[in-house]
Amino acid sequence: MKSNTMILHTAALLIMPLQLMFSVFLLFRGHDEPGGGFIGGLVAAGAFVLYAFAFGAEAARRILRVGPRDLLGAGLLLGLASTLPALFSGQPMLTAHWWELPLPGGDYLKLSTPLIFDIGVYFAVLGTIMTFVIGLMESEE
Amino acid sequence: MLLAVLSGFLLALFAPLLHRVAGKYIGWLLSLLPASLAVYFSTFLSQVQDGPLLLEYQWLPGLGISLNFLVDGLSLTFALLISGIGTFILIYAGSYLAGHKYLARFFVIMLSFMASMLGLVLSDNLITLFVFWELTSITSYMLIGFNHEDLEARKCALQGLFVTVAGGLALMAGLIMLAIMTDSYSLSAILASSDPIHQHVFYTGAVLCLLAGAFTKSAQVPFHFWLPNAMAAPTPVSAFLHSATMVKAGIYLMARLNPALGEGELWTMMLMGFGAVTMLTGAWFAFSSTGIKKVLAYSTVMALGTLTMLIGVGTELAMTAFICFLVAHSLYKGALFMLAGALDHETGTKDITRMGGLRKSMPVTATIAVFAALSLAGLPPLFGFIAKELMLEALLDAPLWSSLLLVATVTSAILIVGVAGLVAIKPFFGAPGNTPKAPHEAPFGMLVGPAVLTIIALAFGLMPFIPENALFKAAVASVHGTPVDFHLALWHGINMPLILSGVSLVVGLLLFRAWPSIQPRLNAVNFAGSRVGPEAGYFKVMEWITVVASWQTRMLQNGVLGIYMLVLVAITFGLAGYTMFDQYGVHFTLNLADSHFYEWGIALLLVASAVFASSTHSRLGSVASMGVLGFAVALTFILFSAPDLGITQLLVETLTVILLVLVLFKLPEFVNLSTPFQRYRDLAVSVFAGVTMTLMMLAVLDIQYFESISSYYVENSAPLAYGRNIVNVILVDFRALDTLGEIFVLSLAALGVLSMLKLKAEDQHKP
Repeated sequence: MKSNTMILHTAALLIMPLQLMFSVFLLFRGHDEPGGGFIGGLVAAGAFVLYAFAFGAEAARRILRVGPRDLLGAGLLLGLASTLPALFSGQPMLTAHWWELPLPGGDYLKLSTPLIFDIGVYFAVLGTIMTFVIGLMESEE
Repeated sequence: MLLAVLSGFLLALFAPLLHRVAGKYIGWLLSLLPASLAVYFSTFLSQVQDGPLLLEYQWLPGLGISLNFLVDGLSLTFALLISGIGTFILIYAGSYLAGHKYLARFFVIMLSFMASMLGLVLSDNLITLFVFWELTSITSYMLIGFNHEDLEARKCALQGLFVTVAGGLALMAGLIMLAIMTDSYSLSAILASSDPIHQHVFYTGAVLCLLAGAFTKSAQVPFHFWLPNAMAAPTPVSAFLHSATMVKAGIYLMARLNPALGEGELWTMMLMGFGAVTMLTGAWFAFSSTGIKKVLAYSTVMALGTLTMLIGVGTELAMTAFICFLVAHSLYKGALFMLAGALDHETGTKDITRMGGLRKSMPVTATIAVFAALSLAGLPPLFGFIAKELMLEALLDAPLWSSLLLVATVTSAILIVGVAGLVAIKPFFGAPGNTPKAPHEAPFGMLVGPAVLTIIALAFGLMPFIPENALFKAAVASVHGTPVDFHLALWHGINMPLILSGVSLVVGLLLFRAWPSIQPRLNAVNFAGSRVGPEAGYFKVMEWITVVASWQTRMLQNGVLGIYMLVLVAITFGLAGYTMFDQYGVHFTLNLADSHFYEWGIALLLVASAVFASSTHSRLGSVASMGVLGFAVALTFILFSAPDLGITQLLVETLTVILLVLVLFKLPEFVNLSTPFQRYRDLAVSVFAGVTMTLMMLAVLDIQYFESISSYYVENSAPLAYGRNIVNVILVDFRALDTLGEIFVLSLAALGVLSMLKLKAEDQHKP
């Protein structure tokens, strides 16, 4: 399925980057404000689905660069990777670890295993929906 | 220790990358890991002399699952065998599979297998042990079926998987029963407890289940057939899986649990009985086969039977013989398999009848093979001799069935001498054979492993006090449960075992001389027997499973989605509703005084869209009104200040509509196929579900059996988890394990949908 309306094409090209940026924004603010990996992943999926509707499944595959199933795998691996620090320090599985890296200007960059985990959720959600949508669109062709 | 066990998995991740860098030296490079692991494990040698060592790592303490490692003589013996032989296997594989398309993939699976095996023998927790056990089944499946374009290899791999995984299921039940009996999931606690568990009511069940697991894995009769079939694997795999690892996992389990379960008669008799029968079966088939790998595979079956039998006998002498034979077998079988691969590689055939006189073109291979075969036949001065003498001695004073076991053992010893002749004399001496390739010496990488293993076997034979003091004393103590005093020596003077050995040597050599003339006849007997043998039973069971599965599918999965929904909803709400009615009854208080007018508006919208969705004749209308329903629910979430839920609901609704649009146009014209009865039935079930759910919600609001956990989350979200968004903190921190499970389910669902789409596409393309 591929749409030939110019409005959709233009809108997709304009909206998609904004949507993706917004999804990352949601992902990172998630720990303190409404948002998080699940919601961010859904928004990012929305962006790619819009693109797929405008330009077709093949184009969506190209702009994703990696296959949707690889995204799934990456998400699950990140989720598992976030369990490693606790494992190697002898704590119960999924005990959170936090690292604060000083940034120039007196600020701190806060990294943590929940964040890695959340990024994993983001990719898993994105991968799942893209697998559905691209699979369905390709089965039509 | 944790890193040591898991390092195989970690290195496996990088194996493809290293393959690109190291090229044809990849085998040598990767073998550094098992080599350093072997060194690391040997630092424990002095510590295990004083008793078992428990290294504790937490994993999921909430579920009683730990990553504790139990290091004692037995687990250390296995760990050293796995890492030591693993080192040479990796070197060997790099040379044997040089230039293979999927070499990197091979190393990924091989390293994962090795790590799983190490985890299995070192785990202290029963659940962790089971996880590693299953990992070895899965990775060995991939290894056996490594040449996955070959139909035969796939079939054999699947057979191995079915047999071992079916046993694994029984094993899990057995382990759980064991834990219930002893009230602990920790092996060290189970072994240390002095409760007489063989009087427990679960004892028989537990032993049968545990042995089902161990017997399938360790290829005891009647499950032995998968092992020779697994020779479809590339030779490095056979050499590793069938010398020191995979098939020894069952042996390990039996030896490990022997001190706890060995007092029961059932355990002793089953082990001795099945072990002896397996030993004879293996020796018989080994002598009557012609493929060199099959011969070795069946002789492995014989060795596994012997080991099982020795555990069953259970005396101090038998346990000493067990450890010695275990090590001796791993050494010579690893070497012989690798040499068999070299023969196959350089001559182009596996058929012994076509080989002969190869000692001129392959002198080094021939020398090593002769020494390894001496150990197989149990001749001095190799370590195999010491093991065999001990074994005969142990059987001479076995408390039960002594003469019976002795006859069986001497018979199989005779046959094994013949087998040793088949692998060491037949290919290398006599008239030159007719091989497909002009034979020449195998490369260095393929010979270093067998050479070192054989030299170790020779050294252990000449100086048995070295392994005895370093490891075997501790190992025998951990199998027997109490320290055992013994002394290994090559020469015991002229005694009964030596005479029996002499007899078996002479008769065995005579049999070997007669082999070319009697082998075809033996083969004919085997062929006739195969129609009623266990393997025929396996195929019957597989057919039967298919029949039951298709019957069940016809019954339960008739393809009408409506029926699935109906059954699911009716059962779920029927059970839940019954429980509620039974426990609580139907009473509620409904206070509508403080509700606002807009809440009524949303409620009205919800009801209206639900009614419209279920009564309309237009699909598009139905989809749209379901959308309205979803957005109204999202609105409710936002009204009651749950922004995260609201956003998620909105996004999911949007994407659902998109997915529906994708499939909507593919659906056929709307037609009314259901009868009025079916419609009223569906209506009744839906109303029932709705009413039950409503009553349940009201009941939940009305009563509170225990204090809500939400206050804990509200209070601790910021101080403990450094996050102010409680929903997110719950998802990624407090209850992250649930989320982890959920994303796995999500991914499986995605793969399920994908495979359904692909299957459908393939169906359509069929002519």
